[in-house]
Amino acid sequence: MRILLIAEQRQGKWNKASLETLAAAQQLAAETGGRLVAALLGQGLRALAEELAGYQLDEVLLVEHELLEPYTADGFTAALRQLIEQETPELVLLPHTYQVRDFAPKLAAALGRGLVADCIGYRYETGRIVLVRQMFQGRTAADVTFAGAPPWLATLQSGAFRSDQLARGSRPAPVREVHVKLELEQIRVRPGELFREAKQAVDLTQAPVIVAVGRGIKEKENIALAEKLARLLGGELAASRPICDEGWLPMERQIGSSGQTVAPKLYIALGISGAIQHVVGMKGSRTIVAINKDPNAPIFEIADYGIVGDLFEIVPALNEALEQSASS
Amino acid sequence: MKIAVCVKQVPAKDAPLHIAPDGTWIRETDISFEMNEPDSYALEEALRLKEKHGGEVVAVSLGPERAKQTLKEALAKGADRGLHIADEEFYRLDPLTAARALARALEPERCDLVLTGLQSEDHGFGQTGVLLAELLGLPHATIIMSIEVQNETLRLKRELEAGWFQWLELPLPAVLTIQSGINKVRYATLKGIMAAKKKEIRTLLRTELLPSFELTQKLERIYVPQKTKKTEFLQGPPKEVAAKLLEKLKHEARVLGSS
Ligand SMILES: Cc1cc2nc3c(=O)[nH]c(=O)nc-3n(C[C@H](O)[C@H](O)[C@H](O)COP(=O)(O)OP(=O)(O)OC[C@H]3O[C@@H](n4cnc5c(N)ncnc54)[C@H](O)[C@@H]3O)c2cc1C
Repeated sequence: MRILLIAEQRQGKWNKASLETLAAAQQLAAETGGRLVAALLGQGLRALAEELAGYQLDEVLLVEHELLEPYTADGFTAALRQLIEQETPELVLLPHTYQVRDFAPKLAAALGRGLVADCIGYRYETGRIVLVRQMFQGRTAADVTFAGAPPWLATLQSGAFRSDQLARGSRPAPVREVHVKLELEQIRVRPGELFREAKQAVDLTQAPVIVAVGRGIKEKENIALAEKLARLLGGELAASRPICDEGWLPMERQIGSSGQTVAPKLYIALGISGAIQHVVGMKGSRTIVAINKDPNAPIFEIADYGIVGDLFEIVPALNEALEQSASS
Repeated sequence: MKIAVCVKQVPAKDAPLHIAPDGTWIRETDISFEMNEPDSYALEEALRLKEKHGGEVVAVSLGPERAKQTLKEALAKGADRGLHIADEEFYRLDPLTAARALARALEPERCDLVLTGLQSEDHGFGQTGVLLAELLGLPHATIIMSIEVQNETLRLKRELEAGWFQWLELPLPAVLTIQSGINKVRYATLKGIMAAKKKEIRTLLRTELLPSFELTQKLERIYVPQKTKKTEFLQGPPKEVAAKLLEKLKHEARVLGSS
């Protein structure tokens, strides 16, 4: 199978999901006996293209144009459409990043082809690829196949494949420059500056213990319960996104893809379902405890210790036990 | 300003899910449904823009008969009319086909702005808004956390990874996908619910809008995911289970000091 991987960089740095997707692409190329080509889009990316060429792949395509930096969905779609029509890959793989979410469906619609988004795995069976993705916020998985003619597009979830399994090539792959035609009028978006908003008064990455609350906490007032547990364990309080969206805790305490990534010794998830966007921010924790009333909550897939039950009964009992052992 | 907002009806967050016999969808009997959460933020944003700039809000939903309930909710909150694209087998559609049906329904509306949630809580394709933009020939921006309209230009705050954001400008007409948390969603008032009774919901049949289509991807089956990590479940009454957990954390996981 002819595979085209679209690598993502920003300001000359890899988005690490690109390298994970490259690892998956290497596996797939080996299994299908295919040719693997990686493309890099932007401006002034020669050095990064050379770096990419050090990995095991057949060729690197360098697509440079002044209208590809900074990124816009209009520019990337137009350029990639030309690239795909010229190079005729059968499978186009992309990391499931914010940027890819912004242009990949547009590219698929422009090509009139299917995009299977946010895949967590694949199987190659009897000559076809079966992609695995989540549905119902991770409560079920789904097997999906492509229909119709190639090229087929798929995006892979961040963390689903491991970049430490990347193979290096025995010698650098050739880097080929590909020219695309873009006009200023095609770019309708005017991208502005990047910025951060959350003031970083707490550094959750340094906390040995984190007690995180999710929507299961129900009311702002109930957070005190979790705060007490965090204090008794000498840890910090954190939250899933809906809690910060509600303004119950500041965004700097949000764990997940749009918040902080942490890896404490101990992570206690209270009333958090375990959506992937949360899990990517904490799954590196050494020991994970989940307390949730739903036995099928996806958080239990990554928990070391699970308690199925009402957090309003279990957390007070924990607090009491900790207070007793402190005073004894 | 004429604004269309796409709202999908999805199973309620705490609905118990059972897989249907054909293995590609869930059993719909005995569960409740609600408006997809990101879509409810998109609706709220549409209502606020209308309140500020005047105009009309059209709520659009592709789905089975039950989806009308979600349209009624949108009307009760303040949308002016509803457009129901009826399809009992909506769950068989791939994202491109669903977006084509929506685009057919939206084309004659000639909206200034089309809003969708950034993804649905059932299929979770996360593609509909962006597909619509391409099919309607409009510019778009995704995962939006703030919208300002100045003349014919949108000034937008787009969310990026790990706490980063970006400012963007986009000419109208345009399509935006909205992130949860962009605003505080209102509740329907009794007055709103009464007023909604007089508002129109027009039904279009998907089979008439888009009589034939070729799927670009096929959902083979859905299933309960296999656990990859071995979770040790602790059981017992609260006091007992709390003691067990602390014991494990001290002596087995060794992540707590054993005082
Ligand atoms: C682009 C994007 C970025 C995102 N970024 C993030 C991010 O950075 N961080 C993040 O967290 N999310 C993020 N999300 C949102 C994410 O998809 C989920 O919606 C969110 O994590 C859900 O939060 P939750 O688990 O608290 O709520 P829910 O999913 O509603 O789960 C609540 C849980 O509480 C349990 N519960 C209820 N009552 C009790 C009780 N009494 N006792 C015990 N358990 C109880 C329920 O069984 C349920 O499992 C993002 C989403 C998108 C699309």
